Amino acid sequence: MSQPDAVRMEHIWTRFADKVVHKDINLTLPQGEILGLVGASGCGKTVLLREIIGLQIPSQGEIVVMGESLKTISSSHGKRLRNHCGVLFQKGALFSVLDVFENIAFPLRELGVDDEEFIKRLVFMKLEDVGLSARDAWLKPADLSGGMTKRVALARTLILEPRLLLLDEPTSGLDPISSQDFVDLLSGLHRDLKFTVILVTHDLDILRDLCTQVAVLADQQLVAFGTLANVMANPHPFVQRFFHNQRAQRVFQYQPQAQPLPSSGTPHG
Amino acid sequence: MDDNRTNLKKQAILELIGQKGGKSSACLSGDWTLSNLTIDASLQKNIKQAANNSHLHWDLHSVNVLDNATALWLWQAWGQSLPAELEIKPEHLRLINKWQSQTVPDSSSPGFSVALTANYLAQMMANVFKQFLDFVTMLGQLLLDIGHLLRHPGDIPWPEISITIFESGVRALGITALVGFLIGIVLSYLSALQLKLFGAEIYIIDILGLSIIRELGPLLAAILVAGRSGSAITAQIGIMRVTEELDALSAMGISHSLRLVLPKVAALTVVMPLLSVWTSATALIGGMFSAQNTLDISYQQFLIKLPDAVPLLNVFIGLGKSAVFGLMIALIACHFGFCIKPNTESLGNETTNSVVAAITVVIMVDALFAILFMDVGMP
Repeated sequence: MSQPDAVRMEHIWTRFADKVVHKDINLTLPQGEILGLVGASGCGKTVLLREIIGLQIPSQGEIVVMGESLKTISSSHGKRLRNHCGVLFQKGALFSVLDVFENIAFPLRELGVDDEEFIKRLVFMKLEDVGLSARDAWLKPADLSGGMTKRVALARTLILEPRLLLLDEPTSGLDPISSQDFVDLLSGLHRDLKFTVILVTHDLDILRDLCTQVAVLADQQLVAFGTLANVMANPHPFVQRFFHNQRAQRVFQYQPQAQPLPSSGTPHG
Repeated sequence: MDDNRTNLKKQAILELIGQKGGKSSACLSGDWTLSNLTIDASLQKNIKQAANNSHLHWDLHSVNVLDNATALWLWQAWGQSLPAELEIKPEHLRLINKWQSQTVPDSSSPGFSVALTANYLAQMMANVFKQFLDFVTMLGQLLLDIGHLLRHPGDIPWPEISITIFESGVRALGITALVGFLIGIVLSYLSALQLKLFGAEIYIIDILGLSIIRELGPLLAAILVAGRSGSAITAQIGIMRVTEELDALSAMGISHSLRLVLPKVAALTVVMPLLSVWTSATALIGGMFSAQNTLDISYQQFLIKLPDAVPLLNVFIGLGKSAVFGLMIALIACHFGFCIKPNTESLGNETTNSVVAAITVVIMVDALFAILFMDVGMP
């Protein structure tokens, strides 16, 4: 049975007053892929992510998420779709008035689950999944380190086991060890839960170790899309500068893990 | 390969099938996700009812997606054990087995105890003492800053003082005028009813003049400024803490006290007496308006009689205490602003505390003035 694509973007244009942010972006991402969205700062990566989440509406074009067009989706279907999409914001966006336990339990309670034993078991399992201990459950967000904040935010995002995970710079502000831990964690969870991931990042290690697909935004357009090897071969000047500078070369020459999985992603348009 | 991939329109389906020989079975198919489960309350009810039948045969072979939460839910519905007859895919069985081995940490609250209560009270006292200490430290630093500015007048932060005067004074003119005018009308109208009974209508000028110029004008203006500007100052300093602007100032060697506290204290100390005069004036206009309508006392008569009814000393008492009100409101607002921790809960709590403390202190200072100047300025 054919499965809907995780995300399909058709002729997306985004304008802020006179400024054009996205110019005719087309992209199709099948389920199960991990897409790394890269581009220069301020090129509209986060805006594109917000459009997929539905927090922002593109000026023109259509976005279809898990087979549902965001343009025509009804409110009840929209709510259901949001349960299938998890979003990890750049700074975690934990609710500071709630402790870690309540932050993670929040989506469950919003869904109408009121069985405390059930909530407790699920929350502690998710804490364990993201590598935190039960003791951490009673801490307030203000008491957490950057790495812990990201882990708690990931646990909250994963509590409803979304089919599509959207991450905005998940390793920004983390030290290299925490960053690597986070990549390993995400990789393990992806293997177990088989969700689709779209992540905005500047981290070349993530592109190398985690992403099965890479999309490059430059000059308001999607200038390259495909496996890392395909994208690196793209002649666009930005792609060449991004992937073939000295630092990038050092990262890509060092191969601690196997190459990314072969991909089934296809650009179109 | 794509077993776990999903289509949002897929539902969780439960079919109860009766078979020959009295044996019945529950067949589950579709996407068994928590989202699907919570949408259909009857599904949960039916599963729980079916789970009561210990001889039921459970067939989960046709389940396309089973998430961890739903696996837990089924396991709980089955009484935290597997049914005697269960057909299930191995990957789904693994999810259910995972719950069997999970240990849940005890999170029950410790309940009431004398030691805990004593500890809570001790912490509360320590907190109050720390707040007092911080306030005194800020006051001391402010005095040192004033000493510094007297020696180096070029360091006076005029732009900050000017901005605060505009924000807290000029922009408060509208609301203070409206409130003053309405209170003047109310006071005049209520007093007129009583005075008419004794034929003492002319004393409305004494009552309004003395109460508004000496008490109500300064007090009303102070309460409005405490609510309006006090909360704004606290929130502004708190946000500066959240966005690390305070740390940036410290790193540049710029004193918080000199650049943030002193301009606000100076500005409010100057602005409050002016706002007090403004509020008193609008309240008297409201009173005059009402007195003319209810007691036939003309504006001219009111204005001629007013200086005799209210000795000039009352104006100075009103101005003096307004300056103290402004000083206290600014100090309290800044103090609570610096108490804010970088989270939204603290921001809300400290802003509320700031307004409550400022209004309480204003009323306490007012009472102190009333006692100290009891015999001063009476006609």
